[in-house]
Amino acid sequence: MSTTTLPTPRRGLDYKKFLANNGALVGLVVLCLALFIATPDFLTGQNVLNIGIQVSTVAVLAFGMTFVIVAGGIDLSVGSVAALSAMSSGWMFVSAGLPGWLALVIGLVVGALAGMINGLANAYGKLPSFIATLAMLSVARGLTLVISDGRPIKTAPEVSFLGGSLGPVPMPIVILVISALVASFVLNRTVIGRSMYAVGGNAEAARLSGLPVKRILVTVFALAGLFAALAGLLLAGRLDSAQPQAAAGYELDAIAAVVIGGASLSGGLGRISGTLVGALVLVVIRNGLNLLNVTSFWQQVVIGLVIALAVGIDVLRRKTRNS
Amino acid sequence: MTQRPLLTLQNVGKVFGPVTVIHDVTVSVYPGQVQVLLGENGAGKSTLIKMMAGVYQPDSGHIVVDGTTVTLPNTRAAEALGIATIHQELNLVATMSIAENVMLGRMPTRHGLVDRRALRQQARAALALIGLEIDVDTLVGELGIARQQLVEIAKALSIKARILILDEPTAALTRHETENLFAVMADLRQRGVGMLFISHHLDEIAEIGDTVTVLRDGEFIGEVPAATSEDELVKLMVGRGIEDQFPRVSENLSEAAEVLTVENLTSTGLFSGISFTVKAGEVLGVAGLVGAGRTELIRAIAGADRYTSGTVTVRGQHLPKGNIKAAIAAGIGHVPEDRKAQGLVLDASVNNNLGYATLASTAKLGLVDFAGQRSRASAVAKRLRIRMHTIDQPIGALSGGNQQKAVFGRWIIAASTILLLDEPTRGVDVGAKVEIYELMNTITAAGGAIVMVSSELPEILGMSDRILVMRDGRIAGEISAAEATQDAVMTLAARDVDETHEQR
Repeated sequence: MSTTTLPTPRRGLDYKKFLANNGALVGLVVLCLALFIATPDFLTGQNVLNIGIQVSTVAVLAFGMTFVIVAGGIDLSVGSVAALSAMSSGWMFVSAGLPGWLALVIGLVVGALAGMINGLANAYGKLPSFIATLAMLSVARGLTLVISDGRPIKTAPEVSFLGGSLGPVPMPIVILVISALVASFVLNRTVIGRSMYAVGGNAEAARLSGLPVKRILVTVFALAGLFAALAGLLLAGRLDSAQPQAAAGYELDAIAAVVIGGASLSGGLGRISGTLVGALVLVVIRNGLNLLNVTSFWQQVVIGLVIALAVGIDVLRRKTRNS
Repeated sequence: MTQRPLLTLQNVGKVFGPVTVIHDVTVSVYPGQVQVLLGENGAGKSTLIKMMAGVYQPDSGHIVVDGTTVTLPNTRAAEALGIATIHQELNLVATMSIAENVMLGRMPTRHGLVDRRALRQQARAALALIGLEIDVDTLVGELGIARQQLVEIAKALSIKARILILDEPTAALTRHETENLFAVMADLRQRGVGMLFISHHLDEIAEIGDTVTVLRDGEFIGEVPAATSEDELVKLMVGRGIEDQFPRVSENLSEAAEVLTVENLTSTGLFSGISFTVKAGEVLGVAGLVGAGRTELIRAIAGADRYTSGTVTVRGQHLPKGNIKAAIAAGIGHVPEDRKAQGLVLDASVNNNLGYATLASTAKLGLVDFAGQRSRASAVAKRLRIRMHTIDQPIGALSGGNQQKAVFGRWIIAASTILLLDEPTRGVDVGAKVEIYELMNTITAAGGAIVMVSSELPEILGMSDRILVMRDGRIAGEISAAEATQDAVMTLAARDVDETHEQR
């Protein structure tokens, strides 16, 4: 008996499968079309670049979050870690007088370290990731305020460059593209990336197969911290200063982006492309509602409904596929 | 039988997609009798039970209760007719008290608040139905499995169940606990409750059953009295003699080298002083009751858990404690007890599942060797005859036997030479079972060694070259395949168990 005794599905159905697996992308396209029809301001070069800049912070945060969610965890601290990283970088430049490039690197290292502590607390300290990162959310924000004494700090020119432009293209968009490629490469091609899916899918089975589950978890959270730091530096670069309250609440946008992108909060599922689409959905809705003069109060209501709708459709889709 | 049956499934059939799982089966439950449902895994027992419980509806035939044809659209309808199922996985809330569990869904209230006194009273009355005397404020999670089962039976009876379906209730019980359960069942029989009993322990059939319905591959094979000999029952159930059910081909071990040596292995509270060796080409069976420490021993050798003292040596090289990676590098492959919870990532593809143990060792510069992985996985899937649509299919969609073959396949790809098998054919149908046994033969013929823990005595007797029997965390004895009998093994496994292993 061969391994293909049963017929494989016909090729002609593949576009249906594509649509079913990329519901968020379909939603995004429909959304853009609707906004294009509703307002001429939507599809102007300036607005598209605006969307690109706005999405960069959320998306870079969310890429890191994708690692964590694929591995079956959650990271509530990314917003605070982003702020702490940017603030540390600023402090190193202004108060410690380090060269700008070194201050930038230190910002990234601080983020990775904060993430690593999350990972150690989760993997070795057996704290649920929700709790470990909830603690870090508070600790990192607190440290940010301690370092800055509650006041903004000027960033190094190297950091400001991240918020500037490369010719006509804004740097945040360049960074966004590069980090999407890197994150996707890590998740899809590397041993550590593939191991994340196994750990999120069934940690015990992964462990008994010889995968170093604890080390994988530490790496996952460190990566999330690193991406958070990059997002924090991007944000600070755009404003030429690290703000003590920067990126507050962004962790929720990041989680929403990952989930809208089709990842499962129970782990083992998720893609960087999906997360990017998820982040775009959030930002395009906000941008569109702004163009249509909807108040920010109502925007929150709409965003909430969109999250519920996106995940609801996803749950329904999986249920019908399984039965 | 002159009595009218309480419940009859009359010529029922059930089809799932292209597969007929039940074809023209008739089975009845009579008041005051224990009807035994016998069949291999996959024979259709659970489908039949689910029809009685209102989970599935028959595609043909009908269900008769008290002489009237009925439909059971859902479990509530079945309950209303007095049909209750005691599942293997008990439906109790571990963090609530016995009283609350028994009265769940029908808590007595006063002025909209739970009436605690009435709750306790009614729960106590329910427990009294089966003579269970226990503080009803105890949390269910603090009880052993046996007591939990009795609580569930009491709950069923207190909602006026007349037909009790017991799905492998004895699988996790000690001998003594089983006797307690049988005493309760005998009492219920006196009171006219009809019972449908499922068990893989053939010796229990004559002890508690009245009539046996035998199923094979979804078909009704026959109805025989419970006193029928075990050999005869097996023949009916499997459809062939027991000889070729266990196709063990033993190797000549006189010249074989010892590959695995375990010395004085002790893990406090779990097992102690375990020493044995396994030769290349040998299958060592490990028998014992549930809770005797067999799984814990296997896991310690595999590096999954740490142990207190002792040594594990593979081909002269000591293995570090609790280090799965080192064990795998030394050639050990571990097929864990619970395939779904410990063996597989169910949402991941067959391809991925086959490759987890070799993900890192075959990678180049930290990058996954996708092409190589795929060709290795395809080759092993073909060799083990894993039946699937494509290798990219989620493994959770395969049958139990094919899932289990994939766990084996992972270690074949990793070129493991010592396989530690924990219940290797649990939940695997007859055909795939024999394929797994043949795979074990292939492995030992190639010089591999196997340690097999199993609760299925026929499997231990049929496939081992040598048998270790464990009792209460120690080796109670060793028997060669030639002189092993069910009685000999059980005597070693269960001696003194009633005094030492009882009742919390």
